[in-house]
Amino acid sequence: MSLWQNIPFVCILLPLASAALVSVLKGKWCRAAAGLVLLAEAALSVYFTVRMAAYGQSYAYMMGHYPAPWGNEIRAGLLEAVVSAGFSAVALMSFFAALPALKRDVEEGRHSLYMALLMLLTAALQAQVFTNDLFTAYVFVEIMTITAAALIAAGRGGRRLLSSARYMIMNLIGSALFLLGIILLYDLTGHLLMPDIQRAVAGLAERGAYELPLTVVVALLTAGLAVKCGLFPFHTWVPDAYSAATPLSQALLSSLVSKAYIFLICKIFCRVIGPRVIAMTGVDNMLLLFGAAGMVLGSVIAVRQEDAGRMVAYSSVAQIGYICAGIALGTQAGMTAAVFHMLSHAAAKSLLFLSLRGLRDVSGSTKRSRLVGAARRHPLMGLAFTLGALSMVGLPLTGGLPAKLNLGLAAAAVGGWRMWALFAALILSAALNAVYFLGTLVELWRPSAEGAAPLKVREALPIGALMALNIAAALFASPLTRAIRLGLSQFG
Amino acid sequence: MNYHNYIEITAMILFGIGLTLLVLDRNLIKKNIAFAMTDSAMYLFLAAKGYVSGRKAPIVTDGVQDMAAYINPIPAGLVLTGIVVSVACSAVMLALTVRLYQKYHTLDIDEITALAAREDEEDAA
Repeated sequence: MSLWQNIPFVCILLPLASAALVSVLKGKWCRAAAGLVLLAEAALSVYFTVRMAAYGQSYAYMMGHYPAPWGNEIRAGLLEAVVSAGFSAVALMSFFAALPALKRDVEEGRHSLYMALLMLLTAALQAQVFTNDLFTAYVFVEIMTITAAALIAAGRGGRRLLSSARYMIMNLIGSALFLLGIILLYDLTGHLLMPDIQRAVAGLAERGAYELPLTVVVALLTAGLAVKCGLFPFHTWVPDAYSAATPLSQALLSSLVSKAYIFLICKIFCRVIGPRVIAMTGVDNMLLLFGAAGMVLGSVIAVRQEDAGRMVAYSSVAQIGYICAGIALGTQAGMTAAVFHMLSHAAAKSLLFLSLRGLRDVSGSTKRSRLVGAARRHPLMGLAFTLGALSMVGLPLTGGLPAKLNLGLAAAAVGGWRMWALFAALILSAALNAVYFLGTLVELWRPSAEGAAPLKVREALPIGALMALNIAAALFASPLTRAIRLGLSQFG
Repeated sequence: MNYHNYIEITAMILFGIGLTLLVLDRNLIKKNIAFAMTDSAMYLFLAAKGYVSGRKAPIVTDGVQDMAAYINPIPAGLVLTGIVVSVACSAVMLALTVRLYQKYHTLDIDEITALAAREDEEDAA
């Protein structure tokens, strides 16, 4: 084993260890330390992706002294590497983009605690991407729930406490269902490591044994994670949590936390249960219907929102629907589309929330009526919001177009009622997206009496980097798609 | 009839009660209790599944090395890990409950929502 193959382990352990360190540092030192760790994470995971692309296969990494059937493992392949790199790049840029305004959002004395939460969240993200053990995944899901709830509560005002409590309650329900699924699955198969479970499940399915319990297990696991990622009917906590939190928390929650749960659904479908057994249980069709319903209804509710923050939050519900529908198609093309959309949406959504913060500063509120002309008052943030919004609509030169194109092509390849359901949802949702996002953009760019805010390098650099990331997702869509497809073929 | 799964059945009934309360009850303290109940029910289920009647806890004290004499230690390990996780979740939930009570002087989540909405309107005005 070469030295670089330790990177996934380092990516998990580094933020976990630095969480303790950061929590005792004061003022700018804790911010600098957190920034440094995020930078190291991003650099390591990008380097790791490059090495994995050259390596061309996946490998399992033993955690502790015991080999496979007993000990804990993490596993790395090209797919995990790409997802991990995407997550840490978005986290890094969001962090630096939100840093100038962070002092106004969170009391200076509490920054060390906020940074410690940030580190724990990063560790949980990476662990969920790389883990090969279902129970470890559960533990990190819970770590993420707790840190995310605390990140929502951070800041000022009672609204955040309420949002955080609601988030916690819904997520605890989700965790309970997910844990029950894992326990039942352990009882059926006697394994916790993903490849062993898949082998056992395939054996059970072949003999036709435990058909009903397997269906219940798949339903519980999927429903638990669907509650946690805010898929439609379970989305009630989303707008409160996303719109009340501080901008950095908003960006991380909407772009990374929900995606980690979705990646876990991918893992469960591909690696734990296996696509054939999933199709046998029929849970994929349910997920497709919920996803398609979310695509349309999330957008319908978003159109009616007065507050731009809530509008963007509801658009998240719709986009989660896109991703889940892609996973539910059950083909490799569908899964590729889902993972691609996951990454492009992560980049675009954090851009939207962070630029909205800048626009709020020059307008006093995120109410759409107050935001008229805001982009003229703060051109940089206006431009960033425009790019994010265009990506949501799916216009060329943004990551949104290849994402939707991939999904449409994957649906066409599947055929039957699923194709028509997804086509109808795609068209309706795209039209509605265009209505509310383009409408908001027109209002934003109306002439304004006040002059433009001066451009600050400290703000411009990270937001510019995030914009570049969005454009890069479009420009390099085909190599990225190829990498994801290759990663998926090693995934199963 | 011979019910030998009665512990598992009890656990599932408790799980159902806990989950229903967690979703439907408006009192935050009761939600906390419901959460504790849901998780405990799951650990009961897991522990019951991991027990084989007539066998001992997997700790070698009298020199017996035979595997057939002991139960599987993994479910017990999972229960312990799970308990730690739910203690942490309970702590966070209770902390939030205390903060909300200090601010709004009620535990009813619907009332708190109404109060928070009124606060928002006052802020906007």
